Amino acid sequence: MQRERATTIYEKSKAGRRAAVLPEAGVPEAPIEELIPANLLRAAPPNLPEVAEPEIVRHYNRLSRRNFDLDSGFYPLGSCTMKHNPRLNERVAALPGHARLHPAQDPRRAQGALELMYLLQASLAEICGLPRVSLQPSAGSHGELAGLLLTHAYHADRGEVRTKVLAPDTSHGTNPASVTMAGYEVVKVATNQRGGVDMDDLRARIEEDPDQIACLMLTNPNTLGLFDENIEEIAALIHAAGGTLYYDGANLNAIMGRTRPGDMGFDIVHLNLHKSFSQPHGGGGPGAGPIAVSERIEPFLPRPQVIRRAAINGHGPRFDLDFDRPKSIGRLRGFQGNFGVFVRSYAYILSLGADGLAEASETAVLNANYLKARLAAGRAGERLPIAFDRHCMHEFVLSGRPLKNDLGLATLDLAKRLLDFGFHPPTVYFPLLVEEALMVEPTETETKESLDAFAAAIEEILTEAETDPEIAKHAPYSTPVRRLDEVRATRKPVVRQPFD
Amino acid sequence: MLAAIGVDSVDELFEQIPGPLRLGRPLELPAGMSEAEVYERLAALAARNADAEGQVCFVGAGMYDHYVPAIVDAIASRSEFLTPYTPYQPEISQGGLQVMFEFQTAMSELTGLPVSNAGLYEGPSSVASAGYLAMGATKRRKFVVSRGVHPHSRETLATYSVGYGAEVVEVGLAGGVTDAAALAAAVDGETAAVILQSPNFLGAVEDVEALGAAAKEHGALLVVACDPMTLGILKPPGECGADIALGEGQPLGNRLDFGGPSFGFFCATAAQIRRMPGRIAGETEDVDGRRGFVLALQTREQHIRREKATNNICTAQALNALGAMVHLAWLGREGFRELGELLVRRTAYARERLAAVEGVELLHDAPVVREFAVRLDAPVDRVLDRVAERGIAAGYALGREYPEYEGALLVAITERRTREQIDALAEALEAAVAAGRGAKLADSASKAPRGATEGAVA
Repeated sequence: MQRERATTIYEKSKAGRRAAVLPEAGVPEAPIEELIPANLLRAAPPNLPEVAEPEIVRHYNRLSRRNFDLDSGFYPLGSCTMKHNPRLNERVAALPGHARLHPAQDPRRAQGALELMYLLQASLAEICGLPRVSLQPSAGSHGELAGLLLTHAYHADRGEVRTKVLAPDTSHGTNPASVTMAGYEVVKVATNQRGGVDMDDLRARIEEDPDQIACLMLTNPNTLGLFDENIEEIAALIHAAGGTLYYDGANLNAIMGRTRPGDMGFDIVHLNLHKSFSQPHGGGGPGAGPIAVSERIEPFLPRPQVIRRAAINGHGPRFDLDFDRPKSIGRLRGFQGNFGVFVRSYAYILSLGADGLAEASETAVLNANYLKARLAAGRAGERLPIAFDRHCMHEFVLSGRPLKNDLGLATLDLAKRLLDFGFHPPTVYFPLLVEEALMVEPTETETKESLDAFAAAIEEILTEAETDPEIAKHAPYSTPVRRLDEVRATRKPVVRQPFD
Repeated sequence: MLAAIGVDSVDELFEQIPGPLRLGRPLELPAGMSEAEVYERLAALAARNADAEGQVCFVGAGMYDHYVPAIVDAIASRSEFLTPYTPYQPEISQGGLQVMFEFQTAMSELTGLPVSNAGLYEGPSSVASAGYLAMGATKRRKFVVSRGVHPHSRETLATYSVGYGAEVVEVGLAGGVTDAAALAAAVDGETAAVILQSPNFLGAVEDVEALGAAAKEHGALLVVACDPMTLGILKPPGECGADIALGEGQPLGNRLDFGGPSFGFFCATAAQIRRMPGRIAGETEDVDGRRGFVLALQTREQHIRREKATNNICTAQALNALGAMVHLAWLGREGFRELGELLVRRTAYARERLAAVEGVELLHDAPVVREFAVRLDAPVDRVLDRVAERGIAAGYALGREYPEYEGALLVAITERRTREQIDALAEALEAAVAAGRGAKLADSASKAPRGATEGAVA
């Protein structure tokens, strides 16, 4: 990766240079002040860079080489499902019929797009084991907010006001953040010895105030990569209290075609199309967070909903946007959702099919368990033990506590040293329950050779640390920059280029 | 691999799923297909959409048919930008982090506010996030919102408000712009934010500075939604007293995509930096004193602060913000201003041309940049269908979201809409309105149900 000093596009700017050639107006060129009152106009144009096209291309190509990406190497970032992004999906998303379709196009002239959305809804409904799907939420956390607003609407419709949402101490940070944003209070539920929900604690939390329990948000398999065997009992307890059961679908990649959230008793599920369904992560989006719900939640789904209407006068079936949903929570965003993401994920589902999706989950689970076993057989078995020792699903969590106690090496140091070996580190310090946590998710699109190479790198780093832990403590060495001062960036934030 | 794990089959690994919960049958989905077959299937679906490649698109309403330069696709499709996750490991994410920093600088320049985040989902949910910020900043729970704000933004704000417990009060329009007296009367000591849009949904440029006085007087935040493509020529919200400027980012470097993915931009005064939603890149140094970038102020975010986070957003729209940055660099300082001027002049021409058509009159005569509204003396649906037969999408019918403007049409202009296309639109409208007037008379005589022309799909 490039080690030259970083210069911004603004620092490459020279007055008078440019790339764009715009069309001639071809209409009378009256002074702007005659068309818009002067007090509404700006004095000088915004200070955008002045750079010609060759230098723009060179600038961003150079920047790109200062990024590590999935196409360059193994990216076992737990909870993020960094699986291969098939390039076919980019090609079909870019077809003009998709890419240049205006979102306000009359539904009669956007039948292909609406049919695609309808088919994707049906596919996701089958995968989740729930009857209805809304594609509207823009990402997982947006789906969570939707699910909580649906819960609110469901209870309000029954004349109930409930104030508390239960979430395990292992939950993703978005869960409690969404709870607050939706106007609820979070109640934490403890984790038991096997890494599942502590049933006694759950019962106690419910019994404290059963009428106030609005919802339980759960990830299953959870963020420890473990399937909660008590899920049927959990569902029964929540439903008996009158709450809804919410499924955080970040870990769906473990179970496709094997089990379904709807069959487990969940009422509301969000799916991350940028995880299980191969939408590229783009350095932090775009994604999409569709929600699947049970019949009792269906009336409250966001507006508009994509539907198929019966044939009219021999024409049809006709796909349409249904705005006539009197109990709907309303809109969560503009237009119909991240359609370009839907195209990619639908292409992915078509490519894999029923068997392929099940095989993806099977291989993801096999890969995770194999890597877990490979690591346990080496130095990691002692230095980085598995936090909960049982078969995992698609990911597993190690604890760097012994490494820290015995060699003084933090999980962060290990992660930074991995950068020198050409790997993206696993997720670190999450879940919070596990001390010095390291969360590893290999996904199904990695070969045995990749997994072996990663295990070998961990072994080498641990061996090196036994003789000289200082090496890892100051890693990385080979990256465009070394460890950065993050405290300064927060204490004295510089968040834009200063101009004189 | 199974031997290393110590199991005989993959099924054994799934035994942690209780028996009754195992699916025990294949998913009811089609069998997998070859790449060529999937392509054909998707291409067939795409072919059933009337897109802006085949139709001349005068539809706007928040998303616009701009030309996205080739350089945007070339850079945004590079694996190094397309396939990484959020830059949690800054040492190997300098490219993405620097793009965020450059993007923040550009949006800060456009809006005239010192702080920008690296992007939110899209426009309307950014308005709802501004409401959430304003509640936190003022400890008040009322929003005063102009009816000139995009209907999707107002609806999204209302949806979120049920959750975070706020009241939304709407203020109407007069002469195409926000009714200043009604706004001043609605704002009080309980108001967390006054939310405006300029140009507003009818295309009219608002006098933000004058309207914002009511917010200042009562200590409410002034939130201004704006169209970034107009900021090369319009006075930036930051110079008009805005505390927050935000909007739909699609016009910058993003294709229409039937509504997404695009991005929302979100800029604020320095006072709000620790309440901002979303990711923010900041400049710093590494241990060797080398310049670098990191995710700054992460203590606002859900992965650190959990239930105390300033917003729940995690995955946003980084790649879409990259597209915007490349587009802005390509336009450059002068090109961006010129594009704004081009929009103003072509829009002025189109507005005059359409207003001269028999049966078409202006809905308002407030100043506009790139979109304007007309009232048709014929049923809008039928006019749109007739004009579509000539391969033109004439605009956006206002009636559903603005019953008070039933019969009105919103027409948008981009640099792709030539004088010839504008003339063709005027001619098509003239014919369609004339035909529609006849139908209107027949309708009122026979009371024919709406939608009787259901089968006529262009």
